[in-house]
Amino acid sequence: MITLGIDVGSITAKAALVKDGKLLSTAVIVTGYNSKNAGDAVFEKILSGSGVNRSEIEGIVATGYGRNSISFAGKSITEITCHAAGAHFLNPAVRSVIDIGGQDSKAIVMDEAGKVKDFAMNDKCAAGTGRFLEVMARALEVDINDFGSMSLKADNPAKISSLCTVFAESEVISLIAKGEKRKNIIAGIHESIGSRVAAMAGRLGLTSPVMMTGGVAKNIGVVKALEGKTGKSIEVSEMAQLTGAIGAALIAMTL
Amino acid sequence: MTTDGQTPDPEKEKRKIKSVKKMKEIMTNYYIEAKTAEQTGKKVAWITSGGPVEPLIVMDIIPVYPENHGAMIGASKMGVGLCEKSEQMGYSRDLCSYARADIACAPVNGGPIGGLPRPDMLVCCNNICGTVLKWYEVQARYFNVPLFILDTPFCHTEFSDEARKYVRKQVDEYIQFLEMVCRKKCDFDRMAEVGKLSVRGQRLWQEVLDTAAHKPAPLSAFDAFFHLALIVTLRGTQTVIDYYTGLLEEMKERIASGISAVPNEKYRLLWDNLPVWYKTKWLSEKFAAHDACLVADTYTSAWCGSLKYIDENDFLGTMAEGYSRIYLNIGVDEMAETVIEMVDKYDADGVVMHSNRSCKPYSFGQYDIQRIVQEKRKIPTLIIEADMVDERSFSESQIETRIDAFMEVLKAR
Repeated sequence: MITLGIDVGSITAKAALVKDGKLLSTAVIVTGYNSKNAGDAVFEKILSGSGVNRSEIEGIVATGYGRNSISFAGKSITEITCHAAGAHFLNPAVRSVIDIGGQDSKAIVMDEAGKVKDFAMNDKCAAGTGRFLEVMARALEVDINDFGSMSLKADNPAKISSLCTVFAESEVISLIAKGEKRKNIIAGIHESIGSRVAAMAGRLGLTSPVMMTGGVAKNIGVVKALEGKTGKSIEVSEMAQLTGAIGAALIAMTL
Repeated sequence: MTTDGQTPDPEKEKRKIKSVKKMKEIMTNYYIEAKTAEQTGKKVAWITSGGPVEPLIVMDIIPVYPENHGAMIGASKMGVGLCEKSEQMGYSRDLCSYARADIACAPVNGGPIGGLPRPDMLVCCNNICGTVLKWYEVQARYFNVPLFILDTPFCHTEFSDEARKYVRKQVDEYIQFLEMVCRKKCDFDRMAEVGKLSVRGQRLWQEVLDTAAHKPAPLSAFDAFFHLALIVTLRGTQTVIDYYTGLLEEMKERIASGISAVPNEKYRLLWDNLPVWYKTKWLSEKFAAHDACLVADTYTSAWCGSLKYIDENDFLGTMAEGYSRIYLNIGVDEMAETVIEMVDKYDADGVVMHSNRSCKPYSFGQYDIQRIVQEKRKIPTLIIEADMVDERSFSESQIETRIDAFMEVLKAR
């Protein structure tokens, strides 16, 4: 049985094909302004990449912010449930998930079957999300993919105290003006995200092992900052960004 | 479902509460009477929602509630415009949106009913929050009218004798204040009568709310948000008793004929905090789509929650305690106890808490209450962040995800 999971987030759209409980293929594209089109495009991409025929797919679940605009999906399920299912697939021992996505960060505690026991999500503010990092990357004129490696070289992380993305950006700009090194500013940004997300996760109470999912997990600097702030070691799968889509495809099998 | 927008859906029609029509009539007449008070020679007092209204009824003063007006502004989606206006006037965006909307409304007669009638006096009781003190001072200066402040000490764990004497003394001063403004004596026999009517009204309101303990619930919290207006505004009058008697009758009939607020009620939830007035329809449909009914809430029950402290045969003597020990003027432990009692009474499967940017005293202890409820009743709770009137504090897609995820957790249990 082949099933598909589509995860249309605010920044990227992801797709995963699962066959009989095994991951068959994945695809990622930039969402752009129209989440419906992004859903169609990432669907096309995974079909052509995998060679699977549309008619072979027996179930489709959509997740992410654009989940309700994916008309070809049989059902829409929230990212919370899908990330838990996806993380459980990647490592069945995992009991907590931290997902930092484009517009949301969340902490999830789950049972041994990968079922969500409780979750917490960020407040309305964009601070502590992937969007926050994108804004900072622009201000610093650094490729976001270099953030992780650059921050590891920091000798004295800068202090970013603002809770608001806009104010934090102006703080960063004034640090640049003062001649602060980029690597230290980036490390400071990661510390600030780490503090925010750790406070939210602390309220929920994380149970180890903890896995970080979502696109931001590719940033080693954020992972290290989170480990420091939560006092827990955090594992990251190579499939971190695809966790939601994989979870959606797995849930589609059960429907 | 209706397709042409003409034929009413019989299924939906069946679920509609018939009393709504009568309620709208009463509220319309009430506002007409208040807005024409100047012509009819009646005095108007603006009063806080938790304030003791009974002495006003006795003195034949029309009570007007800026907070009820705030709810109307929110429900008619006029909140943002008025909040922005108040911000232009120099008020902080962090201030309560009822206060901002009301302060902005006064100079322009804005809002859905063209502003509230000019007050002859203001009565402010701080049992609901501290913001009302400054808010009412602002309005007293603006309208140049006398302001009476009734100070109810916060009841951390108990209501001491000193507190009782302190508030009781102010009740006397309150009546003297009204006598002075109205230039007439208070009729204490009538006071006793109005006190009895107030208690009867509150009991009936509690009975109406209690019908939701039935499975499936004949009314939801969203219905209660609407029907609440009378116990707030006209408490102490026969009108309230007549209306709630009819409403209670209708609820019993709905139970007898199996009419529920939500078509396929499977999940029963408790709501905490004020409604999100501009999104009640959206929220109600959102939960109903998940077969969930908000069967009760801490907000509408606050107008009958302190009945146990009031002796109907000594209203004046016991109202000090009744008005001091309301839900927003007690410690977090007692609030959590109240929530747990409601979870048990209405057999709720989960709790949805609105962290209301406007209402600090209501939202302040929510994380603790959430933790206590989860520990003691092991049921899921959800906190959504919004504001009762200011739509700028509402993010639909984020709240939708939280509610959907919460319902997925509930369904998977």
